This record gives sequence, structure tokens and C-alpha cells, in this order.
Amino acid sequence: MKQYTDLEYLRLNRLQRLGYRLASGFRAIPKKLASFFAGIGRGIGKAGRAAANEFSDIFTTFINGDFKTKMSYLVMGFGNIARGQVLRGLLFLLFEIVFIGYMVLAGGYWIGMLPSLGFQGREEVMSKGKFGRSVTTYVYHDDSFKILLYGVLTIFFIIAFIYTWRLNIKQNQIAEKILKSGKRLKSGRDDLRSLVDDQFHKTLLALPLTGIVVFTVLPIIFMILVAFTNYSGANDGRVNLFHWMGLDNFNAMLNWSSGATSYAATFGEVLAWTLIWAFFATFTNYFLGMLVAMAINKKGIKFKKGWRTILVLTIAIPQFISLLYVSKMFAKDGLINLTLMDLGIIDMEHLLPFWEDPTWARITVILINIWIGIPYLMLITTGILMNIPADLYESARIDGANAWQQYSKITLPYMLFVTGPYLLTSFTGNMNNFNVIYLLTGGAPTNYKSTAPGTVGYTDLLITWLFKITQGAEAKYYLASVVGILVFVVVAVISLIVYNLLPSIKNEEDFQ
Amino acid sequence: MSEKSITASRRHMGLKAASRVSNTLIHILLTVISVIWLIPFVFILLQSFRVESTWQVGYVVPKTWGFANYINLFDSDFPRWYMNTFIVAVVTAVLQTVIVLCMSYTLSRFRFKGRKLLMRFMMILGMFPGMLTMIILYRVLSDLGMTQANAVPGLILVYIASSGMGYYVSKGFFDTIPKSLDEAARVDGATRFQVLKKIILPLSKPIVIYTILTAFMAPWGDYVFAQYVSMGTSAGKNVAVGMYGWLNKDQIASRYTMFCAGGVLVALPVTILFMCLQKYYVEGVTGGAVKG
Repeated sequence: MKQYTDLEYLRLNRLQRLGYRLASGFRAIPKKLASFFAGIGRGIGKAGRAAANEFSDIFTTFINGDFKTKMSYLVMGFGNIARGQVLRGLLFLLFEIVFIGYMVLAGGYWIGMLPSLGFQGREEVMSKGKFGRSVTTYVYHDDSFKILLYGVLTIFFIIAFIYTWRLNIKQNQIAEKILKSGKRLKSGRDDLRSLVDDQFHKTLLALPLTGIVVFTVLPIIFMILVAFTNYSGANDGRVNLFHWMGLDNFNAMLNWSSGATSYAATFGEVLAWTLIWAFFATFTNYFLGMLVAMAINKKGIKFKKGWRTILVLTIAIPQFISLLYVSKMFAKDGLINLTLMDLGIIDMEHLLPFWEDPTWARITVILINIWIGIPYLMLITTGILMNIPADLYESARIDGANAWQQYSKITLPYMLFVTGPYLLTSFTGNMNNFNVIYLLTGGAPTNYKSTAPGTVGYTDLLITWLFKITQGAEAKYYLASVVGILVFVVVAVISLIVYNLLPSIKNEEDFQ
Repeated sequence: MSEKSITASRRHMGLKAASRVSNTLIHILLTVISVIWLIPFVFILLQSFRVESTWQVGYVVPKTWGFANYINLFDSDFPRWYMNTFIVAVVTAVLQTVIVLCMSYTLSRFRFKGRKLLMRFMMILGMFPGMLTMIILYRVLSDLGMTQANAVPGLILVYIASSGMGYYVSKGFFDTIPKSLDEAARVDGATRFQVLKKIILPLSKPIVIYTILTAFMAPWGDYVFAQYVSMGTSAGKNVAVGMYGWLNKDQIASRYTMFCAGGVLVALPVTILFMCLQKYYVEGVTGGAVKG
């Protein structure tokens, strides 16, 4: 394909321009992929070199270091204490003691059991009880769930220990250098003071990051690992152990060989609807919200504040109330059908199948979502619309542009440029919009053709399907986590593509 | 008057008339929109006062008015659910605000090693469906005894623990406070902590209120995790989970109007609070949501 110069490009009409941009976008994909993988390669190379540097540094520090430094390789914090930095030294030492104690008492067991996830689950012991009746008691042995959880936790702990050990060595190295140059080392009081001053960010981040690691990172790693086991309601790890299954679950989910009855067919259907839903939910709200905002902003409209307040008011009401209420309103025996029947427009035989017919249900959720979303979008777009310089419109009007031209040539490009990142997050957010779908339809109407677990329905998104798979005694956690991982892959791929197509990745320093 | 100016003024009049027509149309449109948006809530309010029947009917205005539905609420588990939700909402609002502000302030103001990496890492974490982590969190919480009837502390813990990931909006706000303010104070010998306390916090009232407000409102609407944690017991439910049950097939005939009454009681305080602080909410949404 021919590459145009700027001047040639400007001579094209709009359709040709779009075609050209798309074509060159697609042409750039191999190049981008190549540079992506080259980047990964460079990253690995860099990491390798860094690791080699670390090792040689640890080695030379040991050779060149004095007695205090050498001792610190074994007893963490020894050098700090010997050089008068008692606070730091004691913390190092304490950490080492806790670590060794933990590994001896518990950590070793968890790590050792990790490859097998346990050997024996619940055991039934029959014994003769009172009056010669036989009594069954249960003895619990290994618990796969705990083994997996604490195994991962122990690995985290080991990594933290190695990092701290390295830090301890580095501090000795630095301390030696400082003392050699005749300067004073930081005292414990200096350390404490720096926590509210030049190291203040560490103090501030300590709590939030601990929370994220324990309640997000750890569970996500755990759940990724679950996708490679057979953890389910039946194999809960305590009564019946679960075991490593390799890639079997991914195979079960993505294997197409049994045709329309395979899980893959269900997955494909749900994914397709998830994408369609996310597309409509995002863009209907976006354009209609913008339209409402423009209508309210228009010169000569009265009660601007009043209109806005009415719409904003609906944001305040908890969604579960409005969604559940509206869901019942559209039900077969709901307000709308009953009213239409009273008016004689429909009869008992021809109730409107809002939630019973797949197509009706899908269109209805999209329409109700507009009702939910417009106030929010109206708020967001109002602010941005007001930021568009008024003289742009002024000069367009003098040049004779009509309202549509002003909108398509000024308003829309400006809005798309500013809200590009927002549209992306809103798209992925809608893909995972659990509340709207679950509270409105619960996924109904049920798709009886599907053999996959979780009684999937026609309005189910991947996320609500995932939730259903984890419910009840039949729960199949391993399949749920396969679905979760696939959701992540889809979201990540979409985000990567869109980020590369966005006109400009904003520079965060620009705002300051 | 010359020919030209007459046509010009006529054209002007025409434009004016056209804009008057379009403005009238827009006013009508906005009225219709307002009605559509408010009508379900008006219906809920009206039906909560209906006493002649408790199931869904084909009309909205009650034939007999009364407070029976509200009185019935107090014979059910509703007050307990309400208290649960209220406690969770208040505690979450306070703690989550502290955590979010720590996180966003740091990421906005400090330039430290690994900052970009940290932000990118959190973005990737955010792409995992959060629901995935509930299975394990539920197991852990139940081992700690924080489920079923004791669901409240468990819910609080889970809501606040990962709240640091939602730093985008307030970081966007902090980014707009000029850095020169900090630097001037630093030159005068203030520590980082003093800068935060004396300079940034007084300027951050809108975003603090926005964060408190959104953190307070979220637990009222949370269904999925609350359902997980309270599984099987009534005492640990929040309003969303409890009232969801009332609309199940086997209960809706006797509980539908109670649901409406409960909905009014849940929506009232939240809505009033929201209306009072509306200004800050709008500021937060328009300022932060897009930049973030």
C-alpha cells in the first residue's frame, strides 16, 4: 500500500481518510507486535544482567568487607548494631528470627506439600461407642486449600526474606563507605524522622499496599493456580483433597471438538454477548448522555440547575433498589404488562416477553442501562463541553456551519480526544458490569442448549456466569477461575489495542 | 432602510424564531426525560403506602393508604440488615478515605523508584475480575469466624483492604494542585508530613468529601460480596441481599410492597446526604473521572 504525504492525505475525502487510517493501523500491527516482543526480550536481558550484577556485588562486598560486614551475611543486622545503628539492626535481626522460626515450625511443611496438595483428606474412624453401637468420627488430615494458600504465602515470605537479606548487605556496604569518608551514620532518631520527611512515601504506602498484596495480589495468584487444579464444591480440599490437573481445565473450556454442546460453544456465545453488551452500554450512554448535557447547556434553556439536579438525584438511590424494582416492573406479571392488559392493548395470551425472549431481554437490559447511565455521563460530559473554547463555535458560525457541522467537526472530535481513556475504562467496566445484569435478569432467560455448568442464560455476561459457576454444592471453582483468566485476557488485549490506537497517551506531568 | 438590511433583519428574526421553536422542543424533551427518570421512584414511594394488597398490581396509586408496610418492616429482619449496612458504610467511609488519600497523594506528589511500575502493576491487577477473589476471601474469612452472623467486620475488612486501587480520581485532583506550593514550603524547612497537613489537606476538601461520599454509598448497593459472606444466615445480611430475597418467586406475593417501603427507607438518608454534598460529587466526577 502506498504511503501518503501530509498534503496528499489532506486531499482525500473523509471515507478515504478513514480507510487509509485503518489500513495503516493494521499494517502497523506486525511491527508493533515485533517491537512488543523485542521489548520483552530486552527486558529479560536487562533482568539477567541486573541479577548477574547483584551476585557479583554480593560476592565482592563479602571479599572486601570488614569483619562486621562478613558477620552480617549470617546474622542479619549485626553490622548495623556494631556500627551503632541499633534500631535498624534489631529490626533486621528480628525479621531473621521470625523467618527462621516460621520456616522451621510451619513454612517447611507448606512448601513441601505444595507439589502434591496433600495425601489424605478426611478419614472416617469407626469405633464402638456406648451400648455397643458403632460410632463414626471424622479425623481431618491434610487440607489442600490451606496447603495452596499457605504455600503461596510462604513463597512470598521467602522472596521478602531474600530481598531483606540483600538490603542488609547493601546497608553494610554503604555504611563502610560513609565511615571511611569520615561522615556520621544516621541514628535511629534520624531514621524515624525521615519516615515523615524524605521517606514519607513509604509510610503513606505501607498500609494501602499491604492491603492490596494480602487481599488482591495473593488471592489472584491463588485463583490463577486454582485454574490448574480440580478444586470444586465436591473436592473442597478438606473432606476430599484436590489435585493439580495441568492444563485439563483450559482444554475442557476451550476445546471445540464436540461442537455445539461443548463448553467452548457456550463460552463463545457468552463472550460475544458480553462484547455486544459492552459496546452498546458504553456508546448509547455516551452519546445520549452527551446529547442531554448539550441540551441542558444550550443557550436559552431555563432551569439548567433544576434539570441537572433531577438527573443527578437518581444517581444517589442505591442501584439495587431501582434495578430490582424496574426488573419486576417489566416482569410477566409486572406493572407494565398488567397496565397494558387493563387498557386492553394486550391480552393474557400475548403478554410482552421482556425477560422470557432472548432478544427482548437483551434489548431491554440495554435500554434500562441507558436509564441508569445517562445521569452519570451527563455529569461527566457537561464539564468537558463547557471547556470547549466558545470562539471555535463563533468562528464556525461566521463561516456558515450549521448545528450538525459544528457538532461533528468541533464538539465530537474534542470530546473523543479528551474522553478516549474514559471510554476504554468504561467499556471494560461494562464487560464486568455485574450489578446491572444480575439484578435485572439474573442472566435469564436460561439457555437450555448449553451443557456448561452454572445454568447460563442469554443475558449472562462472562462475569455473572463466573459467579453462577461458584454457587452451591455443584460449584466448580476451577472452571470459574478459567473463565476469570479468560476475562482478564480479553480485557488486556482490548486495552492494549485501544491504547495503541488512541491519538495521544496523555502525559501526566502536563497537568502540573 | 435599505433592501439589504431588511432581508438581514428578516433573516435574523427567522433565526430567532427557529431557536425559539427548538428551545421549546428541548424544554419539552427535558420534561419528558425528567418524568421518565423520576417515575420509577415515584412509583416505589406510592406503592410503599398501599395496604389493600401486598403483591404486584396493574395500578400505581393505592386504593387504601397506610403505613402497614413500614410497620411490617420492623417485624422482619430489616432493622438488623439496616444496622449492618449502616455500620459497614460508616466505618468503610472513614477508613477507605484515609487509605485512598494516602495512596493517591503519594502517587501524585512523590517521584520514587518503582512508582511507574507500581501504577502499571495496579492497572493490570484491575483487569482481573474482582469476583474471582471472593471464593478464597470467603474461605479465609470463614476460617477467621468473620462470616454468616459476624459478617460485618469481614465485609469492612474486604471493602477497605483493596481500596488503594481506586486512587485514580483523587490522584487526578492532587495533580491539579501546583507543585510549587509544596516546593516553597519545603524550602522554608517544612517536612513532607507538614506539607501534607498544613498545605495540601486544607486545599483538598472537595476530594475528601467526594471520597467519603462514594465510599459511604457503595456498601448500600453491594450485593455480590455481601451475599457470599452472609450465605445462609439472615442476621449477617445487608439491605441489598436481604431485600433481594423478598422479590424471589416464593416471597414476592407477600413482600412486594414491603420491598417498596424498605427501598424508601434505604434511599432516603443516602439521597438526602447526597443532595447536601452534591456539589462535591459533581466536582469529583467531572474533574477526576476523565483524567484518571
